[in-house]
Amino acid sequence: MNAPLLSVTGLTMRFGGLVAVDGVNLTAETNRITALIGPNGAGKTTIFNCLTGFYKPTSGELTLNRPGQLPVSLQTLPGYQVSRHGVVRTFQNIRLFPRMTVLENLLVAQHVGLMKKAAFGVAGLIGLKGWRTAEKEAIDRARFWIERLDLTSVADEEAGNLSYGVQRRVEIARAMNTNPLLLCLDEPAAGLNPKETGVLGELLQGIREQFGIGILLIEHDMGLVMGISDRIHVVEYGRKIAEGTPEQIRSDERVIKAYLGEPDEEELPAIVAEDVAGQEGGRA
Amino acid sequence: MDASALGTFLQYLINGLALGAIYGLIAIGYTMVYGIIRMINFAHGEIYMIGAFVAVTTFSILAAAGVTSVPLALLLVLVMAIAFTAAYGWTVERVAYRPLRGAPKLAPLISAIGMSILLQNYVMQTQGARPKPLAPVMNGGVTLWQGDGFAVNVSYIQLFIILLTVALMVGFTQLINRTALGRAQRACEQDRTMAGLLGINVDRTISLTFVMGAALAAVAGVLVTMYYGVIDFYIGFLAGMKAFTAAVLGGIGSLPGAMLGGLLIGLIEAFFTGYVSGAYKDVASFSVLILVLVFRPTGLMGRPDIEKV
Amino acid sequence: MAITIQHHLKGSIIGGLIAMVLAVPFIGLYTVSTDQGLVVQTRWSWVVWSGVMVLVGSLAVALLRDVLSARRAGRPNRAAGTKPKRDDALTAKLSKGFAIGITLFAITLPFMPFSDRYIMDVGTTVLIFVLLGMGLNVTVGLAGLLDLGFVAFYAIGAYSFAILSTTLGWGFWVCLPLSGLIAALFGALLSMPILRLRGDYLAIVTLGFGEITRIIILNWQSFTGGPAGISGIPRPSLFGLSFDRRPPEGLTSFHEVTGISFATEHRLMFLYLIALSLVLAAAWVIKRLRALPIGRAWEALREDEIACRSLGINPVASKVSAYAVGGMLGGFAGCFFAARQGFVSPESFTFMESALILAIVVLGGLGSQIGVVIAALFIVLLPEVGREFADFRMIVFGIAMIAIMVWRPGGLLSQRIPTIRLSSIKGEAA
Repeated sequence: MNAPLLSVTGLTMRFGGLVAVDGVNLTAETNRITALIGPNGAGKTTIFNCLTGFYKPTSGELTLNRPGQLPVSLQTLPGYQVSRHGVVRTFQNIRLFPRMTVLENLLVAQHVGLMKKAAFGVAGLIGLKGWRTAEKEAIDRARFWIERLDLTSVADEEAGNLSYGVQRRVEIARAMNTNPLLLCLDEPAAGLNPKETGVLGELLQGIREQFGIGILLIEHDMGLVMGISDRIHVVEYGRKIAEGTPEQIRSDERVIKAYLGEPDEEELPAIVAEDVAGQEGGRA
Repeated sequence: MDASALGTFLQYLINGLALGAIYGLIAIGYTMVYGIIRMINFAHGEIYMIGAFVAVTTFSILAAAGVTSVPLALLLVLVMAIAFTAAYGWTVERVAYRPLRGAPKLAPLISAIGMSILLQNYVMQTQGARPKPLAPVMNGGVTLWQGDGFAVNVSYIQLFIILLTVALMVGFTQLINRTALGRAQRACEQDRTMAGLLGINVDRTISLTFVMGAALAAVAGVLVTMYYGVIDFYIGFLAGMKAFTAAVLGGIGSLPGAMLGGLLIGLIEAFFTGYVSGAYKDVASFSVLILVLVFRPTGLMGRPDIEKV
Repeated sequence: MAITIQHHLKGSIIGGLIAMVLAVPFIGLYTVSTDQGLVVQTRWSWVVWSGVMVLVGSLAVALLRDVLSARRAGRPNRAAGTKPKRDDALTAKLSKGFAIGITLFAITLPFMPFSDRYIMDVGTTVLIFVLLGMGLNVTVGLAGLLDLGFVAFYAIGAYSFAILSTTLGWGFWVCLPLSGLIAALFGALLSMPILRLRGDYLAIVTLGFGEITRIIILNWQSFTGGPAGISGIPRPSLFGLSFDRRPPEGLTSFHEVTGISFATEHRLMFLYLIALSLVLAAAWVIKRLRALPIGRAWEALREDEIACRSLGINPVASKVSAYAVGGMLGGFAGCFFAARQGFVSPESFTFMESALILAIVVLGGLGSQIGVVIAALFIVLLPEVGREFADFRMIVFGIAMIAIMVWRPGGLLSQRIPTIRLSSIKGEAA
């Protein structure tokens, strides 16, 4: 078997005396949706921040195995370089460029490639043919994702004026415009209603099938996680406590304990149902 | 180090401390205003200049009235300068900054620059552009150390500056840490909306912050008038810039930081002027500031600014 | 209605009384230097007048605001409580129309019958400030990096030309690009130590750079001429033709070759046209840059630095390039300024200049080029128009700056025009 797209071994992140992540191992594979779940404060976002170059991990190895290329140690890259190697992320509290339009947001995501084609501005300034072709391709790619994520009607709106659910879609579209190998989503369903969450699940599965990329997902919505994930990793207090398929996780004693505090006759699916109901109630 | 070199060093130290104390008093106004509304009050230097002019006018009136008691004159001058300067500080906030709460970040800065231009030219038109010389109020001093061909002197005015500044700092720290006003102010610094919801009158607290900053600047204005014996309408710009540098050096938003920054800038100026060159003393201050910020981006005593992803 | 008027009246009376209190130590009392030291004199009637003026003024402003807000409330879309949908296509069209109009006006201005030396001179000053504003607009408006020391680049450009021309004898057209490059280099250098700083810390550090530059120019006698400055800077020539009455050695003069009799007006016109071409070129380049990856990265950096990093944009490169490009335009403006005056001295490069340039950018509306033009007109022309009030014009100027910010905190043109529109690209299914 080939090496997995991403393999994380012994990832540890300390902030002063606090150990936020403690020796976590995990893998994410091409053409698979991998979920990272755990109670609030378990260290999920910290893992993401290490993975995408925002934190330098205290120790651990983050290896990205790109098909046909040498493996890259992500932790050695300067933060902004991570996405250039194919790992891109979205943020828990959406970070769009609010005063730029949706289309502009997606074009910014293609910065790295376009910058080369524009010869750092020179070719672009005088409008050479090579640049014009590259620009057209970039617009076409942006248009493709705008249509794919049903954003056509808002393509020329400032991103900051859009509703929360739409902004989430724009952020995913923007991430996909970097042409990633691994898409890391930090709570993509937060703030979405059940219908929007359903659409999101279908979208993510569609992206995986069509482009064969790996998706790594932090999510609290158990319905979504159980429905679309191929593999689930569970963290608690910075440590990984379980790993497996949705079925295995559903019946894992430690996971149930982590979520409920103590063993209970209630099964996790019931909690999941409650979770969804609670969210709906909260919005009504 | 021989005695003469040590003596020179001590003399520069004393000069630097006196100068630094004045910068520190002005810097507190910058830092408090920044702490509470996150804006750089560019007109603060002019507020200090206003204080200096009120001092000159009051001194002149007292001289004409035949008041000869120095303590009485000082007290009256301080009271008048603080009262009028505080009124100007209050008005500046009310007119130029309060309407801009919640406006884009640069709007209050431009408004402050406009206010600075306005006040400078207002004073120039009403009081004249020529420098105002003032007869010395406090003469003499103490020779701390008399050596071979050198002497370390501290003048009474330097002593007065340092002592008054220390007293004000102690009193001020108590005010911020112990009183309801100080608590309200710290609460507004942390979270203005929440402070408002808890019944703190936010507008009043901000106004009082400006009044306090202006009062301290007024004291600095009085001290400078006495120290140098001459002022003009333009002194606010340079002093304001140095005090601002001091506030950032110490960590903007931090009161002890402002005082520390003020003293450091004063000392750098005194030593650089003494040992290297007076012409480049400001270059030295700014270079130290830049160097400090490269290694501590939020100043010496500022809270580190953690980036939340 | 009566109640609101009463309310306003009360507020205005309080305002008038406060003004009278504030007026006492400055308007009521003033000191005069005499042989016996300072003597205090009084003018109490002025205190009363200032109180009355503030009373009347604030009452008028309050009533005017009432009238305006009543009219606004009367409009249907506001009354319904919905946010009026801003038609940015229309805004884009309007600003395009304005841009074309003002460009045509600027080009034809020198050839108008009413245009005289004074108009050409003021026009050239406006253009210099437009160029400076466009430069700073790249740094502050597009990339969102505060710069309170922009005058440093202006000074560096001016002194680059002054020194190169007086020591090496190089002409304007050779030195213009060089001055820009030198200023750009300083811009890049300046940005290095401050990459980690944010917002307000940038303010003081950039202010410091501006002051350091000025102090060095002031004190480095042997290189910059110190406070006396550098004089004898050659004026620009037109393809080797000079506009001076007695051309410098090696040049023929314009009036001899063309046979048009010599007139200083021609030189002023020529300078004006150079400034105009610089401005138009800068405007065109910036407009293009905004729609290129480098310009989009600047705006993205202003919006969210963290998101930029997550998309592979190197924030360091973006910041350095923003300071360099902004600085370069400042350098061009400086070079032109030196050539126009024929003389440079440190006095022209004080903090006040930086403040005015920043005011142009903010008053115009961050990022808006048209805004820069309008604000530069305002900043240069207001003190000119006010020459009759000579003494009070700077006071009025300060008040106007505050008033505009209070009236429109986002600047005159605060709406951003998108660099590209999906709806206006010909549909081609991907």
